[in-house]
Amino acid sequence: MRVMVIVKADEKFEAGELPSHELLAAMGKFNEELAKAGVLLAGEGLRPSSKGARVKFSGHKRTVVDGPFAETKELIGGFWLWQVKSMDEAVEWVKRCPSPNVGESEIEIRQVSEPEDFGEAFTPEMREREAAVVPRIGDNPKR
Amino acid sequence: MLAPASETHRAIEAVWRIESARLIAGLTRIVRDVGLAEELAQDALVAALERWPVSGLPDNPGAWLMGTAKHRAIDQIRRRITLERKHEQLGRELEIDEAMGVPDLEAELNEDVGDDLLRLVFIACHPVLSREAQVALTLRLLGGLTTDEIARAFLVPEPTVAQRIVRAKRTLAEAHVPFEVPGVDERAGRLTSVLEVVYLIFNEGYSATAGEDLIRPTLCEEALRLGRILAGLAPNEPEVHGLVALMEIQASRARARVGPSGEPVLLLDQNRGRWDQLLIRRGLAALERAEQLGGAMGAYALQAAIAACHARARAPHDTDWGRIAALYESLARLAPSPVVELNRAVALAMAFGPRAGLELVDELTSEPSLKAYHLLPSVRGDLLFKLGRLDEARVEFERAASLTRNARERDLLLDRARVCGPTGP
Repeated sequence: MRVMVIVKADEKFEAGELPSHELLAAMGKFNEELAKAGVLLAGEGLRPSSKGARVKFSGHKRTVVDGPFAETKELIGGFWLWQVKSMDEAVEWVKRCPSPNVGESEIEIRQVSEPEDFGEAFTPEMREREAAVVPRIGDNPKR
Repeated sequence: MLAPASETHRAIEAVWRIESARLIAGLTRIVRDVGLAEELAQDALVAALERWPVSGLPDNPGAWLMGTAKHRAIDQIRRRITLERKHEQLGRELEIDEAMGVPDLEAELNEDVGDDLLRLVFIACHPVLSREAQVALTLRLLGGLTTDEIARAFLVPEPTVAQRIVRAKRTLAEAHVPFEVPGVDERAGRLTSVLEVVYLIFNEGYSATAGEDLIRPTLCEEALRLGRILAGLAPNEPEVHGLVALMEIQASRARARVGPSGEPVLLLDQNRGRWDQLLIRRGLAALERAEQLGGAMGAYALQAAIAACHARARAPHDTDWGRIAALYESLARLAPSPVVELNRAVALAMAFGPRAGLELVDELTSEPSLKAYHLLPSVRGDLLFKLGRLDEARVEFERAASLTRNARERDLLLDRARVCGPTGP
C-alpha cells in the first residue's frame, strides 16, 4: 500500500527560515535509509504559504486567494509518498524521522486510495499481448 | 490493558518487517548458518514480544534485537564448544572476543550491515537450491513473509512451503555454502539467479486475478521493494537497475490493464491517463542509471528500454516503433528466441509497414517451437489483414482461435476472422 506522509509547518517554516545544517544532514540520512529500504517513492519540501495560492470554488465562481494563510499548524511543510506493507510500518518509519521542527512537530500519515485493479484470468498469453508482446528471455511458447 | 498490548504488538510486527532481514544477515555472519541465524532472530522477537509491552519500545529496536540475539548466539556457541571439541575455531574466536571486552552493540550493528544483507541475498539464491526454494527462502529471509503468506501467494499448501524452507536451509548447511559475496568470476552468474528470483516473484504478482487471495498482487510490491533494496546494496550493477526499471514501468500500467467489467485491456488500447507517472519516472531514472553504468545492452535493461518506449508515448501513435524494433534486435542477439523475433516482427510492421513485418513472420512459420503458439497466426493474420489479403487472414485468425486456451481471446480472434468476410466461392 502507499501512504502520503505530511510534515506540518510551524512559525519558523512559515517565516521562511531555512533548516539547520544538522537537520538537513539528518533528513538526508533518513531519506537514504528510506530509499535503501525500498520504501521511498517520492518526497518534496514545500515553500512557505506566502509563496502559495488558494482557489476557492463556489458554484461557478472561482476566487483566487494568495498566501500566506493563517492556521499554521495545519499547513503542509513537505510530503513523502512511501510504499509500505501497513499503516503500522508507516508509523514505525515516521517515528524514526528526525524531528522536523524545533520544539513540537506533527507528521500526518494518510493512506493513498488503491482501487481493486485486477480483472479476470490474466493468463501468460494475455499478459504478453497486454504488454505489446513484451518478451521474457527463455519464454517457452509451449507453456 | 488489552488495547495497549496489541498496539505494541503491531508496532513490534512493523519493527520486524523493517529489521528482520538485517538481523538475520548479521547473525548469519556470526553463526555461519542461515537456519540457526533465523532461529536466533525469532528468539529475539519472542523476547521483544514479552518485554516491550511492559517496558515500552526501546529507542533503537534494531540494536536491542541484535544484542539479544547475539547473547543467545554466544551462549549457543559456548554450549557447542563444551559438548564438541570440533568447534575449536569458534572457541578461539570467542576467546578473542572476550579478551576485547563486551562489544559495543550499536557499533557492531552499524558495522557493514549492507554487505551482510548482500551476502544473505546471494545465499538465499544460491545455485545449489531449486528455484522454488530460492523464491521461498528469499521471501522468508529478506521479505519477512510468513510461511502462510508465501503459501497463499503461490497457491501452494503451507506444509509444502514449510518443508521447502527447512530443506533449503539443510541443503545450504550440508553444502557448507560460504557466507560471502561471490567473487568476480562467479558474480555475474550468481547475480543473474538473484534477479531471476526477484522477477519471478514480480511476475507471479502481476498475473494475479480478481477473486484471488489479496496477498498475490502484493508480490509485485515485494519484488519492487527487493529490487530497490538490491539497487541500494549493489549500486554499481547495471542489470539490477535494469530489472528495477522494468518492474517499475510494468507496474505503472497495473491500473490500466483492466476494463470496467474486469476484462484485460491490451497495452495499445489502455487509457494512458491511468498509467502511474510516478512509477514511470522512477523506471526511467533507473534505466538511465543502468545505461550510465554501461549496461544498456543487458537483458533487463533492453526489456526495460522497450517498456520505456511505450511509457514515453503519450498516445499509441507517438510510439517510437523503430527504436523498439532495434531494441528487439539487440535482445535477439543477446538471447535468440523465436518469441523475441515475433515481437520484433510486430515492431517492424508498426515502424515500416505490414510487409516488413510479414517477411520476418513468414520465416517464423517453420519454427517448431512456435507450432502451437497462438500469437504467431494471430500476428500473421493481422498483417495479412492490413495488406488486404483477407482470405489468408481469416485462415490465420481461425487457426489462432483454435490454439488459444483463453475463451475471451478466442472470441476476439473469431470476431476478427468474421470481419474478413465470408469464405470465398
